[in-house]
Amino acid sequence: MLSPLHKQLLNDYQQNFPISATPYQDIADALGVTEADVLSAFSELNDNNFISRIGPVIPPNHIGVSALVAISVPESQLQAVADKISAYPEVNHNYEREHRFNLWFVVIASDAEHLSAVIDSIEQETSYKAMLLPMLDDFFIDLGFKLDLNND
Amino acid sequence: MIDSRDRQLLEHIQLGLPVCSRPYLEIGRLCDMPETEVIERLTRLKQQGLIKRMGVIVKHRQLGYRANAMIVWNVPDNLVKQLGGHISRFSFVTLCYQRPRQPEWPYNLYCMIHGKDKATVLNQLEQIVEACGLSSFDKEILFSSRCFKQRGALYQNTALADG
Repeated sequence: MLSPLHKQLLNDYQQNFPISATPYQDIADALGVTEADVLSAFSELNDNNFISRIGPVIPPNHIGVSALVAISVPESQLQAVADKISAYPEVNHNYEREHRFNLWFVVIASDAEHLSAVIDSIEQETSYKAMLLPMLDDFFIDLGFKLDLNND
Repeated sequence: MIDSRDRQLLEHIQLGLPVCSRPYLEIGRLCDMPETEVIERLTRLKQQGLIKRMGVIVKHRQLGYRANAMIVWNVPDNLVKQLGGHISRFSFVTLCYQRPRQPEWPYNLYCMIHGKDKATVLNQLEQIVEACGLSSFDKEILFSSRCFKQRGALYQNTALADG
């Protein structure tokens, strides 16, 4: 399924993707293939849903503000409550986790006021109380994720 | 640090770089900016750390990493920074944050591990606990199950307007 080129693109270009006029050509030169090879390999990774996108990772709270939010919802209502929350454009990740607090999502807003308005609205609409967990400190140096793709 | 042109550029590029010969030229067209300015601004934002990394954002689940655990610890506040720094050095850790405690939630240190299966993740967690001396602190392990919505950090138009 994944060719050696796919694997190289997945593992070697999570960081330091070239910021130059012809980045795909630069990658091709580094890997000893053609630009067309690189472009089609990235298109395949996109089409097969293996990558979300090529782009910048912006550290939290540099543009706008964000918070992790947890809600405890009875199982029977989880899907319905999750759907209501996912409908907010300010919500990005929204996951079920195996815990009493079983619904976890991230809200991103322009400023603190906007954030608390979204939280208020979610609490009103779902009638559940939201536990707000904004980030205080970020220890993670994001170097991308080392994928072990040998078994594929 | 970030001006309105930077914001406009980030708003477009965070949706994804086009897969074509001159992708920064394409991004520039969307925000009415010459290709050279796009490249200069992105280079500077990366140097300043306002772009943490520039590159491929992988979909863990699709690539066989189906187990995702958020681990939360209750550690003394004066140790959070040191422990967080230590934890984040493990290659399988994908996030490491301090968050405030809440009345029903005594935890202040968070990390995320993506692994191929639960057993692997628990094993990796054990490595962290041992190496960082975390065994005496209360923790909880929250594996994810259903994913209702997933999108990279995406800052809305509204968020970029005046934030």
